[in-house]
Amino acid sequence: MTSHEDWISLLPEPLDAAAAVAFVTDGQAGGIDVFLGTTRAETSSDGRALIALDYEAYEQMAVEQLRELARRARERWPIVRLAILHRTGRVAVAEPSVIIAVSTPHRAESFTACRRLIDTLKQDVAIWKKEVWADGSGTWVGGNPNDETRNPNE
Amino acid sequence: MMVTVKLFASLRERASASELRIELAEPATVALARDALAERFPTLCDFLPRVAWAVNRAYVPIETELRDGDELAVIPPVSGGCDDVT
Repeated sequence: MTSHEDWISLLPEPLDAAAAVAFVTDGQAGGIDVFLGTTRAETSSDGRALIALDYEAYEQMAVEQLRELARRARERWPIVRLAILHRTGRVAVAEPSVIIAVSTPHRAESFTACRRLIDTLKQDVAIWKKEVWADGSGTWVGGNPNDETRNPNE
Repeated sequence: MMVTVKLFASLRERASASELRIELAEPATVALARDALAERFPTLCDFLPRVAWAVNRAYVPIETELRDGDELAVIPPVSGGCDDVT
């Protein structure tokens, strides 16, 4: 199988799912799996509406971590082409914050690789998000010393 | 020796700083840098027990030795991707 360069990027602009699909489209692949993570509308316990998520990254480390995730995924599954795109900045409700697109020779591998990539990304890549509420207030997810979000070193 | 400290997300806001330089006596460790940060930014004290540490963009244990010029990042719990609340 020919090895292709992966498309790994942190982007401050809206993510283009069609471009990700086009990137992983390849005659050697029999399946493409695409995952989009999007901002979900929420209401806080005191009735405020969530209007967006603000993403912040330790960009140099996060890109290195995403490249390492891609490298490990390629060791494990017969990936033909792979794109991992993540937003920085403000992502409004219904807009994508992350896109993972994987093509493999057979469909089962693309489902598995895509699922594993998003689950691992969320556990240890140096990216943070803040919930932005309609009243202008903001809450860092996992940034409150009283909650129980996991520390990646534990 | 001097190290560059990078702060993100909730810690950046609490400290009102995203990057700073701190001077440490040698031999220095991440734990000693943490103590220096806690002294300089008392508002970070309640966060520091729950963060992870990265030196030159790789996670390290708290007892790791630091060298002059290292980039030390204080990493609060990460939340990339989407859909955390279950």
